[in-house]
Amino acid sequence: MAKHHIEATVNGDAVEFLCETEETLLDVLRDTLNLTGSKEGCASGDCGACSVMLDGRLVCSCLVLGCEVSGRQVETIEGMAKGESLHPLQQQFLKSAALQCGICTPGVLVASKALLERSPDPTEAIDCHSCHQCPSCNCSLLLLE
Amino acid sequence: MRYEAPESLEGAVALLASAKDARVLAGGTDLLVQMRADVLDPELIVDIKKIPETRAVTEEKGGWRIGAAVTGAELKEHPRLKKVWPGVVEAANLIGSTQVQGRATMGGNLCNGSPAADSVPALIAAGAVATLAGPKGKRDLPVEDVMLGPRKLALEKGEIVASFFLPPQPARSSDAYLRFIPRTEMDIAVVGAGVSLTVDGAGIVTAARVSLGAVAARVLLVAEAAQAIVGSRLDAAAQERLEAAARAACRPIDDKRGTVEFRIQVAGVLARRAALIALDRARSN
Repeated sequence: MAKHHIEATVNGDAVEFLCETEETLLDVLRDTLNLTGSKEGCASGDCGACSVMLDGRLVCSCLVLGCEVSGRQVETIEGMAKGESLHPLQQQFLKSAALQCGICTPGVLVASKALLERSPDPTEAIDCHSCHQCPSCNCSLLLLE
Repeated sequence: MRYEAPESLEGAVALLASAKDARVLAGGTDLLVQMRADVLDPELIVDIKKIPETRAVTEEKGGWRIGAAVTGAELKEHPRLKKVWPGVVEAANLIGSTQVQGRATMGGNLCNGSPAADSVPALIAAGAVATLAGPKGKRDLPVEDVMLGPRKLALEKGEIVASFFLPPQPARSSDAYLRFIPRTEMDIAVVGAGVSLTVDGAGIVTAARVSLGAVAARVLLVAEAAQAIVGSRLDAAAQERLEAAARAACRPIDDKRGTVEFRIQVAGVLARRAALIALDRARSN
């Protein structure tokens, strides 16, 4: 079976890549496009370390096939800072040292940005909680103010 | 492994019927995990998300038709569905995190064939009918008849769930779904209970459907539990009858997430609580 030839937009740039059916978007981002900010934690959609935006919707990139993103818009942690200028969330995470091992931090940042875009003043703990999955690995969130 | 994304139900059916080992891809939140764990290694994946019927939420004959590949997030964001079927929308949105809700679908939740699927008791309580498309054309099957047991479906080769039809509701009707998990979110139901009911102007329950998940090999429609409250105001005695009937229907397994005794006990409690929530909602409808 020939590989799929996929054209998509990643962080505003037109990209094209070849992928096998079984390769996930996360595999493509990390191994083909060399965007290694998104991390593989659980590979089952539980941890959220691989969170990206797909057509404006927060998803786990480990649960999306690479060939599904044909013609679609993907935003990853690499697109969050504008040049040298960090996104306010990134600045705040740095200021608060809001990480321990840090593997989920890119995903938490992407999810936090998505949360704030949807509800700019999230007061319900559940809002934040359901966006920041981390059920099996709760370290970073304990440090967030 | 081939990947196809047909744009018609007929195209999807033809592909599924032609391959020896094909899998439908809707949200992928179960399929991709099972592929990754080497539980599944299909020769063909048929992505149904480009088929318009699977992606639409439309009013039909006074009821609602929900495409099998509509995501939980889309159901939640729908301007009217949550008002009409709050239990169904809540159940779909108990599945996983925000990330998972952006992908997970009710068609996938049903066809994954888990007795603990959260949206299934809510659909069954709602009286939902699945519209299947297959090599012999379309047919309707009540949701409670789609799943036969763990990972076993009543679908024939080449058949897929295209959409669900939620019937029109009389005035003063509503529904609710509750589940028990050991933590606050993102877990597999130890017990789930869906209740849909209608009350008359005097507050008497005139119709009800009660469905229980994760307490048997398939999601149950418990007619005895519904009968226990029809004709009542859901007073204390009716609640007790409901609990007893719900418990009597349970044939759960014993596993690390819950013992047989615990599941049976909780099934009664959740059925009662879900009925009270549905009653409260129905009165204000």
